[in-house]
Amino acid sequence: MSALSDLSSGDALPARTVTITRADLVRYAAASGDQNPIHWNERVALEVGLPGVIAHGMFTMALAARYVTDLAEDPTAVVSFSTRFTRPVVVPDDDTGATVEFGGKAGETADDGSRTVTVTATHEGKGVLGKAVATVRPA
Amino acid sequence: MPLDESFVGRSWPAETYEVSLEKIREFAVAVGADDPVHHDRHAARSAGHPDVVAPTTFPVVFTWPATRRVVDDPALGLDFTRVIHRDQGFEVRRPVHAGDVVSSVVSVDEIRELAGNDVITFRCDVTDADGDTVATTRATLVGRAEPDGGDA
Repeated sequence: MSALSDLSSGDALPARTVTITRADLVRYAAASGDQNPIHWNERVALEVGLPGVIAHGMFTMALAARYVTDLAEDPTAVVSFSTRFTRPVVVPDDDTGATVEFGGKAGETADDGSRTVTVTATHEGKGVLGKAVATVRPA
Repeated sequence: MPLDESFVGRSWPAETYEVSLEKIREFAVAVGADDPVHHDRHAARSAGHPDVVAPTTFPVVFTWPATRRVVDDPALGLDFTRVIHRDQGFEVRRPVHAGDVVSSVVSVDEIRELAGNDVITFRCDVTDADGDTVATTRATLVGRAEPDGGDA
């Protein structure tokens, strides 16, 4: 993946596709402490009106943050990051999982050298993160 | 059911959390963050950190339980089984690292109603053992209205 430093304001970010399986959700539930059964139990998810087991929004956000830190080539580069969870990512009970495509646009560089990045995340052609904007500190 | 608006502007006593190397590793594995600074103390120190550093969204490990205590307060009137997480934000002053003892103070920034749904924004101010700011996080939750408009 090419570095953010090579991109000009307005340039598209190199795309990345991430696969999310049920096993990933169980691992994230344990690591994050968010044990809500809608992220691992189909019966409960259907009972509350969801189309199936869905990924934690915070898991998708964590993957988006990693996408940005990888672009910045610094795992601690993100100094602010906010997003809206616009649609759920439904994760099927199979070995294939669900795919989320990350992309976005490089933003302006501020006077202090920090840089904004707008991230898009789509699942089955529809956005799952809205207004996802990260600020990356100067290298 | 409308939420208790007197919660706006309130904050709750700090919750402390001791950050361990193993928890950072576990979280990093779960989110696929394979940079050695999340896993290996020597790599982290070589990169100028005091110890292994946490991935960007790691603070949710301690900010969510601190927030949940308020979410679950029956006086607030939020039915957690109908809650969806709508927005999340992080402002990071410095990376969290193993050995940090962080304090999380939760406040309610805003409560409003949107098309019959309850919308509430929590802020969590995270400081370290020296009292210095580590991060501020914001989470907006929506309590979806009952389908029949009832208060059940």
